[in-house]
Amino acid sequence: MHVGVQWFVSVSAILFGIGLYGVFTRRSPLILLLSVEIMLNACNLALISFSRYQGQQSGQVFALVVMAVAASEVVVGLGIVVAVARRKGDLDVDRLTGLRN
Amino acid sequence: MTYDIVFIVASVVAIAAALMVVLSGNPFISSLSLIANLIALATFYILLQSDFLAAAQVIVYAGAVMIMFLFVTAYLGGRADEPTRQRPWWQTLAALVASAGIAAEIVFGVERESFLHGPVVSDAFGAPQAIAASFLGRYLLAFEGTSVMLLIAAVGGVVLATRRPAPRGADEPGAFEVEQPVRVQSLQSSVMQAETEFEIVRSGAGSDEKDAG
Repeated sequence: MHVGVQWFVSVSAILFGIGLYGVFTRRSPLILLLSVEIMLNACNLALISFSRYQGQQSGQVFALVVMAVAASEVVVGLGIVVAVARRKGDLDVDRLTGLRN
Repeated sequence: MTYDIVFIVASVVAIAAALMVVLSGNPFISSLSLIANLIALATFYILLQSDFLAAAQVIVYAGAVMIMFLFVTAYLGGRADEPTRQRPWWQTLAALVASAGIAAEIVFGVERESFLHGPVVSDAFGAPQAIAASFLGRYLLAFEGTSVMLLIAAVGGVVLATRRPAPRGADEPGAFEVEQPVRVQSLQSSVMQAETEFEIVRSGAGSDEKDAG
């Protein structure tokens, strides 16, 4: 057995599917953010696999940018979670419908 | 051979930790499992000869970002737990179908043979020097955009987390707390005031003594 790039991409796809399942089924915004992190990291793994396969650095640079995006997203997302918890008390993404109307 | 074993162990750890994140009811266990998942991914990056990204993954993700998650989980306490409410069965089924569909599509979609042989790269492929050369050379605009985005995110996090005073009605003066002006008292007047008070006390004490004598 020779571990080629397709194995890394397969693991990345499975991780993406797990993260997607979490986003669909969980209701706590904290767990939603964790699931989004899993999906972002799965994309990073695919980017780096193809970067290795092509022998070019572009994919790694893009993966670094994705890491920065994920860090920013966590900062803003956790800020929103804390603000909502302070204001409303309960954290349930199905009940946070203040912006709907 | 060692490469294959490391790959298998890392993928088992990554997938099991991701499942723990999604299926566990305790937010602390979810966050800690995500740390295990990120470290397994760093192992993948080392296998793919991206050493700098593996280090950045461990330091930035498993260090900084996850510490923030753990802090917020601790701050929220019991409110971070999952709300116990039944969801309709078709929602779980739809989530399962969608996620398994996307995963299966890619897993069975990659052609096994065509990806087998990547090019042979030198040891400097994922080294910090090579990453810096592309990041500060060809992709300088992406670098600058990333820094501006991080700055905006930091400012946004501070703004979101700041506790603002309660909003007031339109007829009340000022939307914010008005500071009362400090009463200015000159040094001379305060000294005179203290002296007169002291005199009163002392003369009173003296008159008491005289009365007693």
